[in-house]
Amino acid sequence: MSNNHVYIALQNNEEARAIIEAIERDNPNASVNHFPAMVKIDGDGRIEVRRKTVEELIGRDWDPQEIHLHLVSISGNVDEDEDVFAVQRNN
Amino acid sequence: MAAKRMSLRDKYNRMTRDLAWDFSYQDPKKIFEQADFEGIKIEDWDKWEDPFRLTMDAYWKYQGEKERKLYAIIDAFAQNNGQLNITDARYVNAIKLFLTGVSPLEYMAHRGFAMIGRQLPGVGPQVACQMQSLDELRHVQTQIHTISHYNKYFNGFQDFRHMHDRVWYLSVPKSFFDDAASAGPFEFITAISFSFEYVLTNLLFMPFMSGAAYNGDMATVTFGFSAQSDEARHMTLGLEVVKFMLEQHPDNLPIVQRWIDKWFWRGYRLLTLVGMMMDYMLPKRVMSWKEAWEMYFEQNGGALFNDLARYGIRMPKYWEQTVAEKGLISHAAWGTFYNYCHAAPFHTWIPEKDELDWLSEKYPDTFDKFFRPRYEHWAEQEKQGKRFYNPSLPMLCTTCQIPMVFPEASDPTLTSYRSSVHNGERYHFCSDGCKDIFDHEPEKYVQSWLPVHQIFQGNCGGATVPDVLDWYHLRDGIDNREYLASPDRANWERWKAGEEEAAELPKAAAG
Repeated sequence: MSNNHVYIALQNNEEARAIIEAIERDNPNASVNHFPAMVKIDGDGRIEVRRKTVEELIGRDWDPQEIHLHLVSISGNVDEDEDVFAVQRNN
Repeated sequence: MAAKRMSLRDKYNRMTRDLAWDFSYQDPKKIFEQADFEGIKIEDWDKWEDPFRLTMDAYWKYQGEKERKLYAIIDAFAQNNGQLNITDARYVNAIKLFLTGVSPLEYMAHRGFAMIGRQLPGVGPQVACQMQSLDELRHVQTQIHTISHYNKYFNGFQDFRHMHDRVWYLSVPKSFFDDAASAGPFEFITAISFSFEYVLTNLLFMPFMSGAAYNGDMATVTFGFSAQSDEARHMTLGLEVVKFMLEQHPDNLPIVQRWIDKWFWRGYRLLTLVGMMMDYMLPKRVMSWKEAWEMYFEQNGGALFNDLARYGIRMPKYWEQTVAEKGLISHAAWGTFYNYCHAAPFHTWIPEKDELDWLSEKYPDTFDKFFRPRYEHWAEQEKQGKRFYNPSLPMLCTTCQIPMVFPEASDPTLTSYRSSVHNGERYHFCSDGCKDIFDHEPEKYVQSWLPVHQIFQGNCGGATVPDVLDWYHLRDGIDNREYLASPDRANWERWKAGEEEAAELPKAAAG
């Protein structure tokens, strides 16, 4: 049985809402689950947050490292550069 | 000509490799004295890659922003008498457990990462450990600061640091961390960053902070999420260290696997306190311990160990046991604290009818059969003015230091007992997991400071319960015992009835 589950959990706040929307746009198979004060986005194999999509949504420059202000937790291997913040399984 | 903008990777390399130097006139073995004795073999520290590539300027910028947000909310919470907006004063007891049991571990983590940042020979992990050491200091400070507001209105918070070193059940979290801090640098980082932070702390922080939000505790949600926002970095450090050790030398595999087995079990036992909090101490519940274990360990842990299988790592030993007993441990723990809360600086109670029903629904196979009748009996005794306090002192597990209260998963009417003989002395354990840990390092664990033994040896203030409570700095009748009879409850009822203006709320104590 293969289990490649990954997730990103973010605080439920103003800026994170745009990040969550960007994730939904760029990862059509990810599922968004709401908890009190927190949103957990589950995926299979990889979830990515793209700088360009977040910038389009918030109308300003956005550095993927800003995600640290709103991150609650992750599961998976981190892959980060100037344009993308991703968690993934390496199988 | 304008310089080309450096990539994240270049910036990170400049800060780490480029600032490091080789040692020319000192023996590296003398500089990093703890690097070899655990048996971990590292061929090339330059192969270390930190996926976060956070440079110091970015670190200060983001941490500063987190602090500003946090303190704005703490001010708003205090100015608006936020303590009155929580669901029920019973909830505050979860925060007492947090401040006495968890916050001092944050300080130990600060010290631990400072120590291993000095001992690990690679510059990449040195930088990551330095950042984490600073993070942990921030966590303990913000937790003390935030919770100090509750200390103005509720009892049991006033001497948390003193209590952490003395009160019987607080030896459970204390000894957990002392065990890690007295190991070598590679075991420490595997224990804390990987086994605890990566595999297990989601169970503490995610349902707990979500639970705090659900129960109107703006203060705790805020420091919790502020701390948690550093946690993704810490978890990633843990995972990278484990992968790095496994990639560097095949001899490392059995050592790392043994540490994962040990620290998974140690951390899991510690989380019993979290299970109890989720199932009993939140007036509005987010999810049961059983559901949280399924979501965060069985599903996510499964994916993680699947991912590590290519290095030869398997699931931690005895993980099946954690699944088999997920319907038992939180109830066993709350029952124990119900018995012994005359010696604890927080209150316990019997869940109300709808809460018992919730537990029956969440634990259909275990709650009605093994636990509910016990609670109903104790509730009946309490009504008759015979609130039960257990006058004996419990036997403790030598490894995890939790009283021997865990049921056998195969027959929950039996208590799980294990033992080993070492140098002619018999030592007792709550489980196969704890017994294995002892058997591998008996010389370490025969030194355990077991609170019950210490009381019997006369090292805890005297021979009677009042002597020991004095030694704990615990005020009998104020900080401890049944919630229904507590000054905390009397104050809460009065405040909620609106008899006093919020601005004139009395300080803690005296009901």
